Amino acid sequence: MSIRFNFGGDEHIFGEVSEDMSLASFFTGLSMTNAVRQAGIKGVTEICPANASFQVRFNPDLIKPQDLLMELQAMEQAAAKSDPVLDTRIIELPVYFQDPWTHETLLRFRERHQDPSSTDLEYSARINGYATVEDFIAAYAGQPWFVSMVGFVSGLPFLYQMVERARQIQAPKYLRPRTDTPKLTVGHGGCFAAIYSVRGAGGYQMYGVTPAPIYDPQRKVRYLTDEMCLFKPGDIVKFKAISRDDYDATLEAIEANTWQPVVRDAKFSLDNFNKDIAGTNAKLMELLK
Amino acid sequence: MTVRVISPGLATSVQDLGRPGYYHIGIPEGGGMDRLATRIANLLVGNEPGAALLEATFMGPELEFTQAATVAVTGGELPPKVNGEEKPSWESFEVKAGDRLSFGYLKGGARAYIAISGGIDVPVVLGSRTTYVLGALGGFQGRVLKAGDELPIGEGMGKAGKSLPAEYRRPAQAPAELRMLPGLYWHRVTEAAGKRFFEETWKVAPEADRIGYRFKGGTPLDFVPREPPFGAGSDPSNIVDACYPYGSVQVPSGTEPIVLHRDAVSGGGYMMVGVVISADMDQIAQLQPHTPARFVEVTLDQALAARADSNAAQRRAEDYLVG
Repeated sequence: MSIRFNFGGDEHIFGEVSEDMSLASFFTGLSMTNAVRQAGIKGVTEICPANASFQVRFNPDLIKPQDLLMELQAMEQAAAKSDPVLDTRIIELPVYFQDPWTHETLLRFRERHQDPSSTDLEYSARINGYATVEDFIAAYAGQPWFVSMVGFVSGLPFLYQMVERARQIQAPKYLRPRTDTPKLTVGHGGCFAAIYSVRGAGGYQMYGVTPAPIYDPQRKVRYLTDEMCLFKPGDIVKFKAISRDDYDATLEAIEANTWQPVVRDAKFSLDNFNKDIAGTNAKLMELLK
Repeated sequence: MTVRVISPGLATSVQDLGRPGYYHIGIPEGGGMDRLATRIANLLVGNEPGAALLEATFMGPELEFTQAATVAVTGGELPPKVNGEEKPSWESFEVKAGDRLSFGYLKGGARAYIAISGGIDVPVVLGSRTTYVLGALGGFQGRVLKAGDELPIGEGMGKAGKSLPAEYRRPAQAPAELRMLPGLYWHRVTEAAGKRFFEETWKVAPEADRIGYRFKGGTPLDFVPREPPFGAGSDPSNIVDACYPYGSVQVPSGTEPIVLHRDAVSGGGYMMVGVVISADMDQIAQLQPHTPARFVEVTLDQALAARADSNAAQRRAEDYLVG
C-alpha cells in the first residue's frame, strides 16, 4: 500500500492511504499524522487525520511545498510498519433510538429520501437485511464503533463499525442533503455512523439522539471543561439503547451537570482485533460493566 | 466603552485573522474572509492588523457610539455615514460620543470591514476573537450581531484622515477569475468534462456564505466510471469521508461546484477536484450572487508566484500606512 500524495492548492498536502475504508488505512494515516506532529516541521500549521487519508496544511512562505512532500514521503515507510496498537478508551454513549425529534425532521424532508414511504430506520433495516427495526437497533448498539475521524463541524465523530466487513451496516446518504438535523442526532451514511455535534444541514440517515453533549464551546459540561470536544480519533464508542424515560432522566442530570458518560481506558491492537473480532469486542465491552 | 447595535445588518460578525490549529477537530480557521481588507481597516485606525473588527455582508449595521473613536471601513463598497452624512471608505474618520454609524446600499463587492480604534474586545477563545457561527464559538456570544447588543471596545485612538489610495487595493475583476490547482480527485473527472469545467463561465449561486461559495450555470461533470470503494457511498462523486482543504472545490453529484472558504466544513464525503489558490481567496469574499466567474487552471509554481505577488502587494499597502 502506498500513499497517494497530492497538493491541495499551495497550502495543503493531501495523502490518500486507500480509496476504500479499512482500519488498516486509518492506522497508517494516524501514524503519519503523529509522525508529522512529532517532527515539529517548521511551517506546518494544521495536521488532520481522516478515515483513510490525512491532510497537512503549511505556510509555503516558510517551507517549500516540494520539501515538505519529501519529508512526508520519507515518513511513509516507518508509518506503514508501525505496530498498530493504541492506548485508548471506550466510551459508553446512551442513545434514544426512534425518538420523536429525528422522526419529525425526517418527515419534513421525505421527498429528499430514497424511500419516502419508510422511515430512515425502516429503510436501513430493510436494505441491510434485518427483519425488524428492533433487530437493526440491536445490531447497531450491540457492537462497538471506532472513531476514525473527527470533523465536518466541530467535534463531530465519524464512527466505523467494529465487525466483519460483510456485516457492516451501510446506507446511502439522502438524495439531496437536508437543511436541518436535530442536535446530537445519531446518523449513518456510507459505512459510517456520525453524531451531529450541532444542529444543521446533513445528509445521513437519522436513527436517534443522544442526550449527552459531545461539544461544548462554553466548556461548562463537566466532562468537557478541558476539551470542548468529547471525541478524538482512536476512541472506541459503544452505543447503549435507552428508553424515553432514561433519556429524560439523563437529560435532567446533564442539566444539573451531575451526569458523565462511562469512560474506561482500553488497549486496542489491530492485529488481535483482526484475529478475533468477537473476542476483542467482548473484552472491550466487559470494561464498561 | 461600548458600541450599541441599533440594527445588525444581514450577517454581521466579529472577525480577526482567525484561529488556526483546530481544524483536526472540525473547528475552522475563520477570520475575515477578505484578509487584506481586514488588515488594512485595522491599520487605518491605528490597531494591530489582527485586531477584532466587524465583517458586514451585503448590508451594513447601524451602530451607536458611547465614546469618541476612530473608525475605518474597507472591503466592498458599502458607503459609511455618520449621523446620515456620508464618509469615505478606505479612510479613517472620527466619531463622537452619541454618533450613529450607518451605511448606504452596497455598490460593489459583498463584504465590508468596519474597524474601530482599540478593536472589539470580546474574549479570546482558542487564540482568537473570530466568530464561528456554526459552532457557536468565539466572537460576540458565538453568533452574528443582533439589535441591542453592546459590543465592548478596547482602549486606543487613531488619527482621522489616514487613507489607502486605490492603487494599493486589489482591483475587482469581471468576470472573476479564480485560479485553481487541479488535483485531489481530479483524475475521476473525464478529460472532456475537465476541459469544459475551465472553459465555461459560471455564476455565483445564492448559497454563498462564510462556509463556502456555490457556483452554477456550467455543464455537470462526467466522471470516469468506477466500482464504488467500500465505505464511500454509491454516488460517483462520493469518497470515503476525507479532509477538505481551504479553497477546495467539491462538486456534489457533479452538478454545482462549491469552493470552501474560511469557515469551511473540515471534511466530508464529496470528492474535491482541486483547490483555489491562496492568492485568490480574498477575491471570493467580494463576489455577490449572480457574479460571473471562471476557474483558471494553474500549476503549483504559478500558484506560488501568485502568492508571492499577493504578499508583495500586501506589504506595499502596509508599508504605505505604517512605513
